[in-house]
Amino acid sequence: MIDDDHSAPLLRVHGITKSFAGVQALKGVDLEVRAAEVHCVLGQNGAGKSTLIKVLSGVHQPDGGVIEWQGEQISIAHPVAALGLGIATMYQELDVVDGLTIAENIFLGHERSAGGMLKVAEANRATRELLLRLGHGNLSPSTEVGRLSAANKQIVSMARALSHDTKLIIMDEPSAVLDSEEVRNLFRVIRELTSQGVAVVYISHRLEEIRQIGDRITVIKDGRSMAVGLSARETPTPDLITLMTGRAVANVFPARVPVPADAPVLIDVSDLTLRGQFTNVSLSVRAGEIVGLAGLVGSGRSEILETIYGARKASGGQVSVGGTRLKPGSVRSAVHAGIGLAPEERKSQGLILDEPVYRNVTLSTFARFARGGFLDERRERQVSLEQMQALELRPAVPERTTRTLSGGNQQKVLLARWLVHGTKVLLLDEPTRGVDVGARAEIYALIRQLAAAGTAIILVSSEIEEVIGLADRVLVIGDGEVLSTTYAHDIDERGVLDLVMKGAAA
Amino acid sequence: MSEQQTVPAGPASTNPPAAAEERPGVVRRILSGSAGRNLGLVIALVLLVIVGTITAGDRFASYDNFLTILRLASIIGVISIGLTFVITAGGIDLSVGSVMGLATVVASLAAVQAAATQSSWLLMVLIPIGVGVAAGLINGIVIAYGNVVAFMATLAMLVAARGLAELISGRRTQIVIETGFLQFTRSSIIGVPLLIWIFLVVAIVAWFLLNRTTFGRRTVAIGGNREASRLAGIRVKRHLVYVYVLSGLTAGIAGIMMLGRTTAGTSTHGTLYELDAIAAVVVGGTLLIGGRGTIVGTVLGVLIFSTLTNVFTQNNLDTSVQAITKGLIIVIAVLLQQRFATRGSSGN
Ligand SMILES: Nc1ncnc2c1ncn2[C@@H]1O[C@H](COP(=O)(O)OP(=O)(O)OP(=O)(O)O)[C@@H](O)[C@H]1O
Ligand SMILES: [Mg+2]
Repeated sequence: MIDDDHSAPLLRVHGITKSFAGVQALKGVDLEVRAAEVHCVLGQNGAGKSTLIKVLSGVHQPDGGVIEWQGEQISIAHPVAALGLGIATMYQELDVVDGLTIAENIFLGHERSAGGMLKVAEANRATRELLLRLGHGNLSPSTEVGRLSAANKQIVSMARALSHDTKLIIMDEPSAVLDSEEVRNLFRVIRELTSQGVAVVYISHRLEEIRQIGDRITVIKDGRSMAVGLSARETPTPDLITLMTGRAVANVFPARVPVPADAPVLIDVSDLTLRGQFTNVSLSVRAGEIVGLAGLVGSGRSEILETIYGARKASGGQVSVGGTRLKPGSVRSAVHAGIGLAPEERKSQGLILDEPVYRNVTLSTFARFARGGFLDERRERQVSLEQMQALELRPAVPERTTRTLSGGNQQKVLLARWLVHGTKVLLLDEPTRGVDVGARAEIYALIRQLAAAGTAIILVSSEIEEVIGLADRVLVIGDGEVLSTTYAHDIDERGVLDLVMKGAAA
Repeated sequence: MSEQQTVPAGPASTNPPAAAEERPGVVRRILSGSAGRNLGLVIALVLLVIVGTITAGDRFASYDNFLTILRLASIIGVISIGLTFVITAGGIDLSVGSVMGLATVVASLAAVQAAATQSSWLLMVLIPIGVGVAAGLINGIVIAYGNVVAFMATLAMLVAARGLAELISGRRTQIVIETGFLQFTRSSIIGVPLLIWIFLVVAIVAWFLLNRTTFGRRTVAIGGNREASRLAGIRVKRHLVYVYVLSGLTAGIAGIMMLGRTTAGTSTHGTLYELDAIAAVVVGGTLLIGGRGTIVGTVLGVLIFSTLTNVFTQNNLDTSVQAITKGLIIVIAVLLQQRFATRGSSGN
């Protein structure tokens, strides 16, 4: 039940510090969470949000500071202890085991069992209930998680947090991989939770979400809390952005550059079909043009990109770049023709996390840095550094292990790779997932710059606003088909949403 | 094996994105399921039996010879079953053979045998188990808490256990004379030797452990994604210790069986068993990088190799040819595994 005694909040954190070899991630953070509230934590990429929640969930031990839980000072030694207190966490990195089923993942670590023997049927039943509650009755508890899309993995992670008996659920950018429909589901569940007295700590870079769901806000900048307990509904956006970034950033899209009428068609996709995923997708993109694909998660957008890239073998249709037809199912042929793909799930598909940043940046181009078979790593580092600075990747240290970068900065590493590559056709799958407001504006400007320089760009994003704001033309995809093609200035968010919904209903 | 997702599958430009929600054909789905993988192994085994029957006739296809094959399979089988857990958890245990050897030596020391005669022959059963568990415990602690790579830690244990066995036996073969122990290990139940029963019981218990208990589930999870398992609240380090102890335990049990079969303890017992065991586990379908394990597969893998050996011996063929054939089987099995493994594209 809702705790009326406001003098003792559920969780009070004071002066938390934490450093990793050489990096001080937290320099003194305060946070106060009350029962039954949605408390948002805002901050730029690398501000320390994830580090803070890892301290709260027992993954990291703080170097200093005080944690009070229900009025008592405590220390949280490991994840089991946090769960024992009633703190469940959905981590930013998809923290699921691919080889296990949905039900097995959800009850991992707290299996439904008697005397060590698993109760499979019971776990499956409970899983079905949880999925239903999240609006995903269509997922079967016995599906292997490795076969799920990123969005569905997020659902599993969410269901797992709900499977614990909790007083506080921490969600680190849960909406980053979700489309608008899924986010609505998520919010419904959050409201349900808070009405039962559960507190939620919610992290997101999308300010409009925070307006919708949040009660209070804590802003973190460079490992310090800048403001604690602001009102989520009343604090003006410019104030929040200034608190986060220390400067004023207009979260606007760059002006469109008209595509010259005689610009050559760089990529032509005709009747591309992947059985069971999408059928007869045709589109062409001219040099300097940005084409956006809008649609629900699971509508086949990522699959279209992957098929164009040759990572999946088309069952029909063809892709040609500059007039030459590509060999279906051959990534080599696509890369050779000048196509680059920044995939949606960067951790498993794009990055080698234990390698230094510069090696990830040059992963598809390192042969260029070789002389007689020997790599010139100095030049590799230098070229990487240039791109990292252009993207404002923090810290701009090419030797840093990629794993230790914050989520948004890892996304920038991927973009840097294709910038170095100098691709003719760039396929971007959710390029700003997990990227903060400041960096977002930079990435938009960069994408526009690339286009202006003659690159053809195909963009997939679950944020309709982003597709409309950035693209020249918008294709709405529903259920594996192109539902409509329009110029971006002829349509608004409402219009796209209507089309998407109609497609889903049809 | 630390972080699962980071295993690179080559440059990212040639790295196909995960086949999310791929819908394989029905046949393919069956073949890629565990039943399909085991079916392949059963077919291989049946083919071997047919070849054996054709080439060696009744010498091969007799009840007694089948018991011989099973007896041959039982010791390496028990070791392989323990090892299956280690490999499923993303580790490796190279010390299984030499730990088994050490167990036979300690249990057959004159002093131990004398003590057993005075008290009970059960002492000679408990001691090998104790030796195995102790070695597994050391392996586990060094690997999990000392953060030593499993390959190196267990390689060190392999060498050290062999050395210790040589030291305390003075490199002599110690004959087992304790009659109670001999009677027990050489007994039969309904015409089937005890060794085969032990193999069967260990296999059944292990199957339950891996597939039906929280212990098994956690073992698979740790092998699949260690970090995610830790975040889910599994005590990964402690669990890994248990897994290596389990492997040591089965090596100890194998020691008892070896003592019974050969009636002797020597430091050379179990030489190269680790390689045979790894081969059987992998041929059986357990992923060498962890995250998937199968007891039925391991048992079938062991049976395939021991049947193969038997077919060759019955035909008086050269052991070198046998070794080459074994090598071929391993390669073919791994190739087939990859062909039907639907996952594995996303860094698994
Ligand atoms: N294990 C680690 N080792 C070294 N440095 C780390 C580690 N984890 C985080 N950091 C550093 O700590 C700082 C804070 O990172 P954190 O992940 O908490 O940021 P964040 O606010 O969650 O960012 P994002 O919005 O991009 O997710 C960053 O500079 C990051 O590079
Ligand atoms: Mg973060």
